[in-house]
Amino acid sequence: MATTTSRPASDDLPKTPRDLLPVFIAPIIALAALPLVGSPTTWVTLTVAALAMGMMIFVIASGLTLIFGLMDVLNFGHGAFIAIGAYMAMTVLAPLSGWVQSDALTLNLAALFLAVLAAMIGTGVLGWAFERVIVRPVYGQHLKQILITMGGLIVAEQLIHVVWGGDQKPMPLPGGLRGAITIGDFALEKFRLLAVAVGLTVFIAMQLVLNRTKVGLLIRAGVENREMVEALGYRIRQLFVGVFVVGSALAGLGGTMWALYRETLTAAIGGDVMVLVFIVIIIGGLGSVGGCFLGAILVALMANYTGYLVPKIAVASNILLMVAILMWRPQGLYPVARR
Amino acid sequence: MSEPLLKLEGVHTHIGQYHILQGVDLVVPRGELTVLLGRNGAGKTTTLRTIMGLWPPSNGVITFDGQSIGGRATPDIARLGIGYVPESMGVFADLTVAENMRLAARLGAPDTARLDWIFGLFPALKRFWQLPAGLLSGGQKQMLSIARAIVEPKALILIDEPTKGIAPAIIEGMIAAFKELKRAETTILLVEQNFRFAASLGDSVAVMDDGRIVHRGTMQELAGDADLQTRLLGLSLAAHQ
Repeated sequence: MATTTSRPASDDLPKTPRDLLPVFIAPIIALAALPLVGSPTTWVTLTVAALAMGMMIFVIASGLTLIFGLMDVLNFGHGAFIAIGAYMAMTVLAPLSGWVQSDALTLNLAALFLAVLAAMIGTGVLGWAFERVIVRPVYGQHLKQILITMGGLIVAEQLIHVVWGGDQKPMPLPGGLRGAITIGDFALEKFRLLAVAVGLTVFIAMQLVLNRTKVGLLIRAGVENREMVEALGYRIRQLFVGVFVVGSALAGLGGTMWALYRETLTAAIGGDVMVLVFIVIIIGGLGSVGGCFLGAILVALMANYTGYLVPKIAVASNILLMVAILMWRPQGLYPVARR
Repeated sequence: MSEPLLKLEGVHTHIGQYHILQGVDLVVPRGELTVLLGRNGAGKTTTLRTIMGLWPPSNGVITFDGQSIGGRATPDIARLGIGYVPESMGVFADLTVAENMRLAARLGAPDTARLDWIFGLFPALKRFWQLPAGLLSGGQKQMLSIARAIVEPKALILIDEPTKGIAPAIIEGMIAAFKELKRAETTILLVEQNFRFAASLGDSVAVMDDGRIVHRGTMQELAGDADLQTRLLGLSLAAHQ
């Protein structure tokens, strides 16, 4: 029987266009910042810090962009999962203080693993409940989605005050993750390297799932045209619940990393980072995981360089970045086909 | 005469405040190609979308293979063995042709022999197998959309204006493909504006106007009666030849 799934060799087949232009923006921004920063050592420190920050924002934003892409749901309550995840991790780390303060990296990582696991399971379950109780009644109604998910965020923050108290909590880094690895004149902070590794792992895992599995194909197809996915016989609501749960769990992971990065924790931590998260998913292209990854790096680079060079415009700089990108590509850097 | 595969009785559909289908009565006999004709805005696309559950009927009964499907969710209707080729074609532009077909084969990997049969109908799909569907021409997208609907055996296929905006050469290929589907005794409900295309394929025909079926009969009868064509459709086949 003829092999049917291999493409015949041919020179005149249309070539798949590779849109790499947006990828060059990040190195352009980084190189442009080098003469302004002056010191190469400082520049490397800022760049690594930006990559770490970018990876944490990506972990948080990746779930949200798929949630929007798949069901047009504007979830302003995503910040609640960031905060609750971080508080759950803090709760797990407290009785493990011996492991956290130990100089043994394996004990540090074991404590962190347990904390992250608890945060992801907790926020995943919370995400499932949030979708059923708060989001499901307002499918297709954007204004109500904004109002009710904002309300959910406020309620979650108040519940955090009730359960964990309203004061600022310390979230110390484990002993083995403090300090830096020195390479020549350059000092690379250990936790930032860990954050980059975690972010890259999440990105690669998402790419593998989205491109190599049937569930991934369904998610990509659903982001583009969910009606047609249903007409092929797939129950997209169930898929959406799964994406919502995974997106919430990733927010819990990102929240834990973010709190450790700042080494303090308040109930407002989710709301604070959500401004950057929304900028990231808008400039990346709503529903696009690749765009979200690139957008997170751009936002973090901009925030770190301007924070060092002109601190007063650090927040505004990302708004300007978003405006500039949307003027260039109104649908974002990597728009999903139908949007 | 055997029970029709699909039957609509007094079906009404509202979209927002608009009353689109106003009591549609339609039968689709098993193993036949039924053509649904009518002017723009007559309600043909709404009829197909209502059958698929994409717009729920506000009244009336839709029976498929002896069971009522009116008001059921779209995935449940599709799982009964109904394939749908929408007017917009609905191909997933970011996915390759292969990935589009893989998704359409809901029950498992696409059957190799069936894929060979489909490649025989639409050779371009084999050629562009690993290409993102968004890069295909309009005609090739239409081929992919139809191929997706038949990658698994279906009891009924609903096809909405497959020739719209398609080059004549590709339409000829499509006619051959539909004839092949008919030989395989696939039941098809085809919405079409291209009367020549419809007349070359249809066994039976229904004509819609203002959300109702205003004529039912054989395609042979309609194709041979210029006065009837003019009265129902505002045209005659002779005028288009």
